[in-house]
Amino acid sequence: MTQIWKHRLFWPLAALITLIVVNSVARPRFLTITVRDGQLYGALIDILRNSAPLMLVALGMTIVIATRGIDLSVGAIMAVSGAVALTVIDGSNDPGNLGTVLVAVVVAVLVALVLGAWNGFLVAVLGIQPIIATLVLMLAGRGVALLITGGFITTVNSAPFSYIASGYLTVLPFAFFISVAAIAALALVERRTALGVLTEAVGINPEASRLAGVRSRGIVWGAYILSGVLAGVAGVIYASNIKAADANAAGLFIELYAILAVVLGGTSLAGGKFSIAGTVVGVLIIQTLGSTILFLGVPSAQSPVFFAVVVVVVVVVQSPRVRRALGSMTRRRPSTTAPDQERTKVAA
Amino acid sequence: MDGAVGAQPLLELTGATVRFGADAALDDVSFRMFPGEVHSLMGENGAGKSTLIKAITGVLALDAGTLRLEGREMSFATPQEAQRAGISTVYQEVELLPNLSVAENILLGREPRSRGVLSQRLMRARAGEVLRDLGLDVDPASLLGSHPVAVQQLVAIARAISTEVRVLVLDEPTSSLDLDEVAELFRIIRELRDRGVAILFVSHFLDQVYEICDRVTVLRDGKLVGEYLTRQLLRIDLVHKMLGRDASDFKTRHREAAEEPDAPVFLSARGVDAAPGIRGADVDLGEGEVLGVAGLLGSGRTELARALTGVSGLDAGVIRIEGQAVDLDSPRKAISLGVVYSSENRRSEGVLQDLSVLDNITLSVQAHRGVFRRIRPARQRELAQSWVEALGIRPADLDRPAGTLSGGNQQKVLLARLLALAPRVLVLDEPTRGVDVGAKVEIQNLVGELADNGLSVVFISAELEEVLRVGDRVAILREGRIVETLASADMTVDSLLALVASPDEQEG
Amino acid sequence: MSTTTTTPAVRVERASSPVESFLARHAAMIPSFAAVVILVLLLAGAEAFLRGDFITARNMSALLLDNAYLLILAVGMTFVILTAGIDLSVGSVMAFTGILGAQLLVSGIPVWIAVPAMLAGGAAIGLLIGVLVQYFNVQPFIASLAGLFLARGLAFVVSLSSIRVEEPGVLWLQQTRFRLGDWYLTPTGIIALLTVAVAVFVLHLTRFGRTIYAIGGNEQSARLMGLNVARTKVAAYVISGFCGGLAGLALTAYSGAGYPRNGIGTELDAIAAVVIGGTLLTGGRGYVLGSLIGVLVFGTIKTIISFMGAEQAWMQIIVGALLLLFIVVQRVIVARSERRR
Repeated sequence: MTQIWKHRLFWPLAALITLIVVNSVARPRFLTITVRDGQLYGALIDILRNSAPLMLVALGMTIVIATRGIDLSVGAIMAVSGAVALTVIDGSNDPGNLGTVLVAVVVAVLVALVLGAWNGFLVAVLGIQPIIATLVLMLAGRGVALLITGGFITTVNSAPFSYIASGYLTVLPFAFFISVAAIAALALVERRTALGVLTEAVGINPEASRLAGVRSRGIVWGAYILSGVLAGVAGVIYASNIKAADANAAGLFIELYAILAVVLGGTSLAGGKFSIAGTVVGVLIIQTLGSTILFLGVPSAQSPVFFAVVVVVVVVVQSPRVRRALGSMTRRRPSTTAPDQERTKVAA
Repeated sequence: MDGAVGAQPLLELTGATVRFGADAALDDVSFRMFPGEVHSLMGENGAGKSTLIKAITGVLALDAGTLRLEGREMSFATPQEAQRAGISTVYQEVELLPNLSVAENILLGREPRSRGVLSQRLMRARAGEVLRDLGLDVDPASLLGSHPVAVQQLVAIARAISTEVRVLVLDEPTSSLDLDEVAELFRIIRELRDRGVAILFVSHFLDQVYEICDRVTVLRDGKLVGEYLTRQLLRIDLVHKMLGRDASDFKTRHREAAEEPDAPVFLSARGVDAAPGIRGADVDLGEGEVLGVAGLLGSGRTELARALTGVSGLDAGVIRIEGQAVDLDSPRKAISLGVVYSSENRRSEGVLQDLSVLDNITLSVQAHRGVFRRIRPARQRELAQSWVEALGIRPADLDRPAGTLSGGNQQKVLLARLLALAPRVLVLDEPTRGVDVGAKVEIQNLVGELADNGLSVVFISAELEEVLRVGDRVAILREGRIVETLASADMTVDSLLALVASPDEQEG
Repeated sequence: MSTTTTTPAVRVERASSPVESFLARHAAMIPSFAAVVILVLLLAGAEAFLRGDFITARNMSALLLDNAYLLILAVGMTFVILTAGIDLSVGSVMAFTGILGAQLLVSGIPVWIAVPAMLAGGAAIGLLIGVLVQYFNVQPFIASLAGLFLARGLAFVVSLSSIRVEEPGVLWLQQTRFRLGDWYLTPTGIIALLTVAVAVFVLHLTRFGRTIYAIGGNEQSARLMGLNVARTKVAAYVISGFCGGLAGLALTAYSGAGYPRNGIGTELDAIAAVVIGGTLLTGGRGYVLGSLIGVLVFGTIKTIISFMGAEQAWMQIIVGALLLLFIVVQRVIVARSERRR
């Protein structure tokens, strides 16, 4: 019998379950799911729906962090992609046309891809520290978004576009399916290609990986492109949700929540081993915690205090000093399962 | 200069033992230094030189044994404590601050102040005195980073002697200096010696050791070999003591394949220059041949290996594979041409510690196939399992992180990774260092079998016996040049020793 | 060490020309000089473009006044970046201390308690970050991220909306004009300049200051030299937090109110100003006076944009581009010095 509590997902899952239990005891309606017109509604459904942008951004962040990097520009990329999508729709004759919306989304995501490639170029080719390299776009990106929208909050009325964030596909919100699709795609890429293990190799030891013939430059570059694309999709969802492009508010602080989700999920900021499942759990913890804070009657603006406490607790518990003090209790067990078996997706 | 012997030692280490886990890096070693002498510490990689230095400078604590300074028993918890007691160290890598001025680098930590405020003027004046004292004409106000490494090294010495220094440890101080700079350093060392300072000079350049040192202590495998007066110790004897093994114990074992002299040349290098230090190297490697490479530490063994495998670029020269000139600009390129390299730094450049044995073994094959052509998990397992069995990797657990294996098994994992590529040329840089005896023999035998199957191997080792035993021919490196390439059958350990040590035996 | 009879060997070539000798001493100043050149070009360009309407006493005085809070933040940030760290919390700390002070004053707390409370609040958050970084091995980025969350949340805990400040003592800081012809200085401007002066003194003329540089150069070496690395590193973050509190005071005086949404993204402005001023993000090289220039470059660009009636969005883009330029230049400098080793 292996010790379950030493599994890398044990603590994140325990935290999530505790949150859910506390919520259900405090407000029994938390677990209630009602059916209206064949569609499901309830607090849990809201969590799944609202977590989509953070989920996408955090997934990309996980891969970037695995390569020993960090991407601070995701929020700015969200703002740009939202602005691009809205501008395309706004400029067309027929904003309600499905084709228009599809074009808008594709263009927005392509722009995000270019921005991700730019980050990757600075990091992988020019060798600039990731924090600094992505800081450039974090600063300038919102300016670009503001220019695209002309400094205003562009609003549109387009049914197909609103559907992305608010619509339902059969019984569940469409945005939830986007999350699932992203998780599944990433998990599949992990399983079907060698990207996972090569990414980890580069993150664990870049020089040893080079000697082993790993094309590390391409892998690092790819990670930033992926992060950019996912942030682009997240930006579209965000814009669809508020039916507007708000260059200042879109994706504000999301890089911070995404990093928090990755860390909560047990992926080390030092790079190397990563866990998609862990990040998924991390995102759900953050979203549930946010919902809990709101339920407690705390204004959402004050919620950062709670997250600050979470960050401090997590980093202090993970610190060498505390680990030494706790001794073998928290020492990570050498995993006995192959990495790809651990990365089962959590469909919540 | 050995007049001091007989007086009380300034510094004395008795029965010193330092363990890392189960291994003793320093095993019951005694060592002493007298005032006014230059003392050398000699030994190959892993002999325990740096552990001994760390033990006397307060970086490492002794597990057993005592350290005495002027007869008083001491134990230093930090380098600062050792410094306060008069033991200063200058490391190979300059441990100073390139972003501060020369004066600050010399005096920071005990800088002069006037009325609580740090006085740059006083500091420059005082640093200027120290520098002049050493005969160095350096602007104390200039940034340390604006000077060449040699000057930085001398500034580090200036810092070390600006306190009341009694023991000065110089760890490989000359490795990045040119001849003039070495002469300058030696002038300073002699002056300090004449002032009664005991100087520990660690260098792998024999010429320098014989030029400057009064006595020498030799270590091997963490144990004391002996303490000798330099002028009474022949150079060849010194090398012999460093490398160990008695010639009489030695058995050569040559493979049948080596008998046919005209195996076609698979890889050839002509006039290869590579930084740092490899000059005009010519190498011919036949199919199914094992070419041993012998040379002392610092002779360019590793640099040669890295130049042949695309790890570091060539400054000049050409490498041909089956007669075709190739441009090995990256390890990846070399791998695609069938040339693979196993680094001497197994931990930092070889095995990926956090990845499983399985992932470590399949890594290079996978990287070679590309991201999208993943080897099926079942096939991966099969592949890894077959190598685990073939090489006898223990424990035979594919999912264990490779970092938890012993040194010998990590080396085998690394070999498995390379062999899984079905290479044509295998370049092994000290594959048996830090490996237990059993695994060592297994690795040696493996190399023989591989060569019998047509693989060409370059086998680098600090142990001459091993090089002779494994290699069909041996290339002898000295100071970055291949001085001779001879058939193993024509050599004994003694003759090889003589070639490795130096041509000028009369110097010894 | 008294034998001074040896004649200096002439082997080590001393820098011969004054230029070389200057470069050997002050190579690290080059990026800061570049910032000065950029500032001069900006000013001259704007002056030419606007036909002499730009460099006026009024505009130049306003430049310092409008950016006093940013200058104070940049000074604190310089300490942290010199140790090779980063402090993302300063914008939020400024908002938190600003609203805290406003709330205290509205509740009838005397100003001589309220203002020290603001400064102490900022320093306390800095202390938290510093302790996390030094004693719990948390990356500065993450630790100051926690500080950012904490301060921003606390700002909203104090008040969800803005609070007007009527306290004459605080408003005096802003409204007073010490005039010399058309030029003027406000007490906030004086505070900002004094902060710079104190920082210059501390960084260059105290062991603490040199230890800050030493840590950025090579932390391990600094420790081997017997310098107190742990205390100094924590202190750098405390100073940055304290400056956040001081900036909160300056901003509250400037806007006549505390507002919990103040300073979102200001940490990036401060980092940009420091980097443009020639301080290397890798630590150990840079000057507080450079950060002053960086803030002036930042403020000048802002003024030019509003003069030209262009969109403020250009501000972020231009600052981002300048940041990129400086980062690439720094990268080249670092690569060159590495090659030398």
